[in-house]
Amino acid sequence: MTMIPTETGHAPARPRLPRALVPLANILGFLWRSPTSAFGLIVLGLLIAMALLGPVLAPYDPYAQDLQATLQAPSAAHWFGTDELGRDILSRLLFGAAITLRIIFLVTIVVGPIGMAVGTVAGYFGGRVDTVLMRVTDIFLSFPSLILSLAFVAALGPSLNNAIIAISLTAWPPIARLARAETLTFRKADYISAARLQGASPARIIWKSIVPMCLPSVVIRLTLNMATVILTAAGLGFLGLGAQPPMPEWGAMIATGRRYMIDSWWLVTFPGIAILLVSLAFNLLGDGLRDALDPKQMNRR
Amino acid sequence: MTTPILEVEDLTIRYRGAPQPAVQGASFTLGRERLGIVGESGSGKSTVGRALMRLLPTAEIGAARMQFGRTDLLTASERQMRALRGNRMSMILQDPKFSLNPIRRCGEQIAEACLAHERMSKRAAKDRALAMLEAVQIRDPQLVYDRYPHQVSGGMGQRIMIAMMLLAGPELVIADEPTSALDVTVRLEVLKILDGLVREKGIGLIMISHDLNLVRNFCDRVLIMYAGRVVETLDAAELDNARHPYTRGLLAAQPRIGGSRDPLPVLERRPEWTRPMEGTA
Amino acid sequence: MLRNPGWLSPLLRQAGTILVTLLGLLVLTFVIGRLMPVDPVRAIVGEEATREVYEHVYQQLGLDRPLWQQFLMYLRDVASLDFGTSLRTGQPVLQDILHVLPATIELATFAIVIGAGLGIPLGVIAAVKKDRWQDHAIRVFSLTGHSMPIFWTGMIGLLVFYAALGWVGGAGRMDQFYIGLVPDVTGFLLIDSALAGEWDVFRSAVNHLILPASLLGYSSSAYICRMTRSFMLDQIGQEYVTTARVKGLSERRTIWGHAFGNIRVQLVTIVALAYGALLEGAVLIETVFAWPGFGQYLTSVLRMGDMNALMTCVLLVGVIFIALNLISDLLYRVFDPRTR
Repeated sequence: MTMIPTETGHAPARPRLPRALVPLANILGFLWRSPTSAFGLIVLGLLIAMALLGPVLAPYDPYAQDLQATLQAPSAAHWFGTDELGRDILSRLLFGAAITLRIIFLVTIVVGPIGMAVGTVAGYFGGRVDTVLMRVTDIFLSFPSLILSLAFVAALGPSLNNAIIAISLTAWPPIARLARAETLTFRKADYISAARLQGASPARIIWKSIVPMCLPSVVIRLTLNMATVILTAAGLGFLGLGAQPPMPEWGAMIATGRRYMIDSWWLVTFPGIAILLVSLAFNLLGDGLRDALDPKQMNRR
Repeated sequence: MTTPILEVEDLTIRYRGAPQPAVQGASFTLGRERLGIVGESGSGKSTVGRALMRLLPTAEIGAARMQFGRTDLLTASERQMRALRGNRMSMILQDPKFSLNPIRRCGEQIAEACLAHERMSKRAAKDRALAMLEAVQIRDPQLVYDRYPHQVSGGMGQRIMIAMMLLAGPELVIADEPTSALDVTVRLEVLKILDGLVREKGIGLIMISHDLNLVRNFCDRVLIMYAGRVVETLDAAELDNARHPYTRGLLAAQPRIGGSRDPLPVLERRPEWTRPMEGTA
Repeated sequence: MLRNPGWLSPLLRQAGTILVTLLGLLVLTFVIGRLMPVDPVRAIVGEEATREVYEHVYQQLGLDRPLWQQFLMYLRDVASLDFGTSLRTGQPVLQDILHVLPATIELATFAIVIGAGLGIPLGVIAAVKKDRWQDHAIRVFSLTGHSMPIFWTGMIGLLVFYAALGWVGGAGRMDQFYIGLVPDVTGFLLIDSALAGEWDVFRSAVNHLILPASLLGYSSSAYICRMTRSFMLDQIGQEYVTTARVKGLSERRTIWGHAFGNIRVQLVTIVALAYGALLEGAVLIETVFAWPGFGQYLTSVLRMGDMNALMTCVLLVGVIFIALNLISDLLYRVFDPRTR
């Protein structure tokens, strides 16, 4: 009995992409055609490459101090100069990419499920559950994310991991809102009623039927929010509440470079450009994704 | 037919990115008469109206000839078109709920039509708008002048629309489904007002509609469109003698008082009808 | 005001929502305060206090009681506008905050004027020229503003416009030697200096304000611009815009005279929200510009673990956000003839 579905499942063994990847490839293709989103894709690709290959590419050890060569201007030996302890800024930037990527990754895997769970449960059950959950969401939404993160970090103590937790705590409400709105549009659909009539439990319906439907828009929203996440993380690092020295986190690098800024511009300039590029990349990508997946926007003349 | 106001020959309209033209090879002329354009939704009838006003920025319009009075609508600059629109040609849109600006007073919106084209004081424009409101049989023009669109009924809104579009004294008015958004009870009333004014002022009227009976009663001639093509042109009085199978199908699908009680025939559609019939002008 | 109940009941419902949200805010700040790794007793009595003194203060603060009682005490204090004393300054927190707030409001107000003045016209142009080069240029320009780490932009701005070019004043609200020259009446330096007739101070204040305000404004213009564009696109597709064109109005009068009027209400909401979001930027940019405002106060009490002050700051931000939401809602009712 079970052989038949498996066989048909494997039947289209054509030299094509797996079925799940076809829409993804389509979206990437669409993004690639727009110069601004293509820029975003390139920068993100670079970020991932830097994070993975950083240890290989970096000309120096990012933590190695050289007190003979402090605050060196950019040169052939040190492309982006050195900092107040003689560490090579380029190497630190390359290692910082991994930290940025880690922040993005961890925030995504925390925020996505939380927001999704709150939103779909609120939307599916409606009524009092919905009211309570949405009230809680509103309370979190009534703060600018940086200020709430500040407060959480103050409570948890400054460190990179606590900064990630604090950012996640502030980043889930928009996702929950979105997932709820999506759920409300599917809740009345016939296939949901059909599942219910078959006796599927709410948990099963939410997990099997609603979550997959919400997933695309949640992913877009997460991408759009990533720029904010990066800026908040950098801001926390800058205020000394995120990654702690000597970690080569970009925001923290700017914070320490600030003291030498007037005479040694390269200390703050390069990490800042790095933050700007990555967050711009996410913003451009998110913008492109919205165009790619929003049929309303596309048909409008 | 009197000297034509509008001459259109071989009009083709294609929306950018669309595989098929929305309208293909449409030809007709219009004198000081009332011409009806009838077709199903998607037949391209509204597109024709908007193309005449050059209101389709995302469409390519091509024609052998598109002459309005002394103006060539194909080559006229946007500036020339602006001088024409609302002044010598205007258009009544379907639903006053959407076609009136919700946050401006009705009267101001009417008066704006002549302020856009003539040098006149606000006072004079207002007087003219009030007179026009009276002409569309609104009992208390001053009251309606100061109302916002959401405060008037649909029939009233459409009369305001008519007043706005006839204010500058155009030679050509395109009415795009002018009554389909209205309650059935006020449709006739609004149509009669429009009809009366059009006759009185000798305006050429193009009435775009999906309602064959309505067009038959209010127009002199009828143009039948199907899938972007004009399939037949007839005098309204001759409609029963239509030769094209599509027109005949349309007619047969109309319920009739005192007619047979058998189920109405289902409208037939055939791809070959997109070719114009030989022998029809 | 004919149909009183019609518009009153949503207002009442809204008041209920606001109360619940406020209560939630208080729970949140209370929890954050309790979680802080600072011993509030130690902070008051100092490291050398005897066990008796410690116990005494411990009980005085009610820390021996169950949490829910502590929360009720907190509620009572907040209701009587008693937010406790700041450890950093030894002054009542409320007084401290009221002292620093005008500097931030001055900065944020200038910034929002710049942000809206830039973002709204750009958004309209982007919508009108959708998918043409103007639209793309504006998109990149505004998204760049949205993507800049504001603290970094502040530093680069200081490096370029102050250190290198000397066009603007540096850090602080005015040049060093003007400090103390103008009596502190309202706390708004521009108003105070104008009242005192000290135009040199006024000029200096503007000089110092212009750079941080422009940078903040640029960053907030991005959001305003994106939203304006999307609202405008909605309107341009509306039938009444076609009516305006049919009347023969020029493109400019169609867009600004008809379509734009219909997004004013939505824009008010957006600008109000953007104004609230400026507080976030203010925290960072005040640190860079040594701007003696709310943001700097917040970061300094944070570093010192000044629990009372921090809880109050967070609470205040929340209240400001709720208030801005409420105000924008009320403006909605005032501006839109359909809701009257």
